[in-house]
Amino acid sequence: MAKRRSTADFVLERDDYKCIRCLACVRVCSYGANFYDERENMVFTENRKCVGCHFCEAICPTEAIVVQHNPLAIRWNAHWTSEVVTDIMKQAETGGVLLTSMGNDKPYFTYFDRMVLNASQVTNPSIDPLREPMEIRTFIGKKPLSLELEESEGSVALKTQIAPQLKLEVPIMFSAMSYGSISLNASKSLAKAAQTVGTYFNTGEGGLHKDLKEFGENMIVQCASGRFGVNVDYLNAGAAVEIKIGQGAKPGIGGHLPGEKVTEPISETRMIPVGTDAISPAPHHDIYSIEDLRQLIYAIKEATRYKKPVGVKIAAVHNVAPIASGIVRAGADFVVIDGIRGGTGATPKVTRDNVGIPIELAIAVVDKRLRDEGIRHLASIIVAGGIRKSSDVIKAIALGADAVYIGTAALVALGCHLCQKCYMGKCNWGIATQDPKLVRRLNPEIGARRAANLLRAWALEIKEILGGMGINAIESLRGNRDVLRGVGLQEHELEILGIKPAGEAW
Amino acid sequence: MRYLIIGTGPAGIAAAEKIRGLDEENEILMLTSEEIAGYSKPLITYFLGRKVNEDRMFYRPPWYFEERNISVMTSTKVIEVNPAKKLVITESGEAINYDRLLIATGGLPIVPEIEGLNPSEMEGVFTFTQWKDSKDVAKYITDNDVTEAVVLGGGLIGLKTTEALLELGLKVSIVELSDRILSNTFDKKASMIVTSALQKRGCNVYTNDTIVQVKGKKKITKVVLKSGREIKTKLLIIAIGVKPNVGFLKESGVRVNRGVVVNEHMETNITDIFAAGDCAEFYDPRLGKSSTIAIWPVAFSEGEVAGYNMAGERVSYQGGIPMNSVEIAGVATISVGNTSAEVENVEILEYESDKRSVYKKLVIKDGKLVGAVFVGDIDRAGIYTGLILQKVDVSSFKDDLMRDDFGLVYLPKEYRKKLMEGELKVWLE
Amino acid sequence: MVKGMRKKILVKEEYCIGCRLCEIYCVTAHSQSKNLIRVFRYELGELAPAVIVEEREYTTFAVQCRHCEEASCVRACITGAMHRDSSTGAVYVDRDKCVGCWMCIMVCPYGVIKRGTGSNKVASKCDLCLDRELPACVENCPNEALVLTEVNE
Repeated sequence: MAKRRSTADFVLERDDYKCIRCLACVRVCSYGANFYDERENMVFTENRKCVGCHFCEAICPTEAIVVQHNPLAIRWNAHWTSEVVTDIMKQAETGGVLLTSMGNDKPYFTYFDRMVLNASQVTNPSIDPLREPMEIRTFIGKKPLSLELEESEGSVALKTQIAPQLKLEVPIMFSAMSYGSISLNASKSLAKAAQTVGTYFNTGEGGLHKDLKEFGENMIVQCASGRFGVNVDYLNAGAAVEIKIGQGAKPGIGGHLPGEKVTEPISETRMIPVGTDAISPAPHHDIYSIEDLRQLIYAIKEATRYKKPVGVKIAAVHNVAPIASGIVRAGADFVVIDGIRGGTGATPKVTRDNVGIPIELAIAVVDKRLRDEGIRHLASIIVAGGIRKSSDVIKAIALGADAVYIGTAALVALGCHLCQKCYMGKCNWGIATQDPKLVRRLNPEIGARRAANLLRAWALEIKEILGGMGINAIESLRGNRDVLRGVGLQEHELEILGIKPAGEAW
Repeated sequence: MRYLIIGTGPAGIAAAEKIRGLDEENEILMLTSEEIAGYSKPLITYFLGRKVNEDRMFYRPPWYFEERNISVMTSTKVIEVNPAKKLVITESGEAINYDRLLIATGGLPIVPEIEGLNPSEMEGVFTFTQWKDSKDVAKYITDNDVTEAVVLGGGLIGLKTTEALLELGLKVSIVELSDRILSNTFDKKASMIVTSALQKRGCNVYTNDTIVQVKGKKKITKVVLKSGREIKTKLLIIAIGVKPNVGFLKESGVRVNRGVVVNEHMETNITDIFAAGDCAEFYDPRLGKSSTIAIWPVAFSEGEVAGYNMAGERVSYQGGIPMNSVEIAGVATISVGNTSAEVENVEILEYESDKRSVYKKLVIKDGKLVGAVFVGDIDRAGIYTGLILQKVDVSSFKDDLMRDDFGLVYLPKEYRKKLMEGELKVWLE
Repeated sequence: MVKGMRKKILVKEEYCIGCRLCEIYCVTAHSQSKNLIRVFRYELGELAPAVIVEEREYTTFAVQCRHCEEASCVRACITGAMHRDSSTGAVYVDRDKCVGCWMCIMVCPYGVIKRGTGSNKVASKCDLCLDRELPACVENCPNEALVLTEVNE
């Protein structure tokens, strides 16, 4: 068979009258898709090279560029979709595992979209958040079952020793994204935004770049199977430590940062030689049981003098509830559950698109399990994986989460257009790249402003909705499944979610 | 209190401006021997060539002085300075007292001794340093139907005058004693490019030659060169250079070497007397020697320093370097610093393009740029000037200096950062 | 010397992406039509940007007149065309006065004064777009690598 050239996914249309030959699109495309023909005095595009990141479109001063889907790249077929056909062609060519990035983009339905919220009418008046105090501050960490107070000389003091807590001004944090998977400017943007708003970002498993140390009070440091950059200083550099067992985008498998990306600063941060592959094994080789996990948790607690909450992150899989229960019993102060929509910088497509369960179901079963076992207060539940908007946050908390992590949404705030080509390291938006020419495209001042704006906007919306339900503190929403109703869900799904169908009163 | 400034050139004006900036109250009085103050001397050749009209001659128009409450007395030539009485005496016998005095009298044209030449008696022979000269030459050309001219001296004034005369449609011959025109600042190659541009416009350039005899009774008719060549001409412009205008200081006790000797504060040996510009000779304590650099930016800077110090603010002059920018026969040229290859232990970088008539030369000594010549392409030349003035070590980026796209991006990050943040002060401290 | 607040464009070298949009917006702001497409089609010949984009490997930045406090170009100008405006503190060229001697080009350590193109054989440089709220290059820099600040002197 003759070699077949792959079909272009996108078509870039350029209005020649509007094109002023400023060549900005040519200069900025890291994939080299746009080029200028001097003799013709025309700018052209090699559509096959276009990844649909829309950077040139965004920068074109005269709006001469429109990037569109190639409508009939492959003849339409409901079963043999163009994606399926293209994937087969690629594999026939390379004989390898297909790589992709960001979260699962398949049309599994999203339970968030099948749940609706309640509002107050007549009997329990709603609250105007602009006029009355609305508390959305959230504390992450182990809570006591009861409080003991001490009275002396007319004043009352707390006698119970409270375990270390993270204080979140909004119940939203930036999820783990390593320096390596994203650029330093992206990390700085999130770190600064977290500091401004009063929440946390997470270093991911790539170690800690020296420029990020100043954000320690708003930082969670991660300890994953590769243990890159982990030492006692690292563990103490942040406000909390997170042990990463699994990730929603690639449950059951490890990570691999190719040697080409291990540049000088990355090598310094990860504490590995320049140019060597950074391989995170699939399991932690010292954790084969809950007891092993407990050892690591307490090793870290010892190293941090019991001053910092220690959490464990897992991917949402079929057995998520009993696993979470084990994690709490192993001594974790918080459990992070990452659903099937969770993103990543690089993952086998087959894993990303097929392994794991939707986060909504995972929240419901974990919360229920911990309550049933009477250990819900021992750890906070943080959920991640496809949180797209403030209503997702509200629904997640109503299902039983304490707070959420956002990754993809945060990157979109920084400019990401979800082209899913992070693994190529050529991100035109300066996010998922280490190329110094591209990294500078993300000005962390702008990034921090935008990410902080997103959190502020969501916080306002959350308050709006809470007020509408007559609730004035996020505490009263947590696990309050009565505010949720399912639409178009089957009985057993409703049962798992612990919610009633829409139309059914209390 | 009265600040008295003799001279209304760039040094005098810069000083007056600085003084007024620091002292709004006291009197500033400026004197000039010329009929008009505030015009720009370098423009007199442009005026002759009709590129600049009367209005545009004013570097600082008359209202400018009024607005700043600076008094100006024109046609007032100072013939004596009396430091004991703090007075200056003018040609008309008037005594003007001062509290602080600035001597900024500039230069006087040098007139060589040539057989048959008595410039005050012979018509058609001019020096060219004042607006009056420019007006007189223009009038003489019209009145006498002059169609050809000889310019003695291939320096800056000579060439700019030549260019003006060419503009007026005259046939011009340049006579230059050294082996090339602009020999002070240009090497052979740079000179050649300018020479051929002049020749293309019909100008004769005679080098290694000079005028030995001038013929004509009342009016000049012919010059005879050392080489034996005779050139018929009704007009001779003498432009072989200027010397500091300091004759009036003879009895004053002010120390004069070639020019008035000043320290880094522009102070002379006598308290309350300062000097700046082409008449001053700056003694640089760091170099241990003194020199006069008769160029506009140096005069202006020295004037500023003098102004600061006269008004009581202690400011030191950092010393200047020779530099000039001039467009001759359509060829833009810039030379900065020490451009001659004769200096020992220097490294020369050159770029030449016959097609574009472009020539560039850089002179590096001890890792530092000390001189630069640009002919034909002068874009961004100031970056090199900055490197020379700041004495930046260029060894690490020497190979980039001659790139077509050379710019700030090739400079050491540290220097660039300082530059961009405006932390570098050139000339003043 | 002008005392008081003076506008200044900060160049944030580490965030310039080398798109050169500052150049085209500069040209457009100083054009007749003020319209990108019309400038490209009808006016380009006579116009040159006052902002210069430098590029070397991955380092790029845009630079325009710094409007120096002690401006070498003002000192060196033989006509008085190059002057500091006492109300804005910015350095301007009086196009009617300039004779194109290029003394300013010789002394500007930033190399940001250009020889005018076409019929305008006079010095050409950034005027800080003082007729606009923000200089065109600053307003349109997609990555805020050019920022307008006010410095107190």
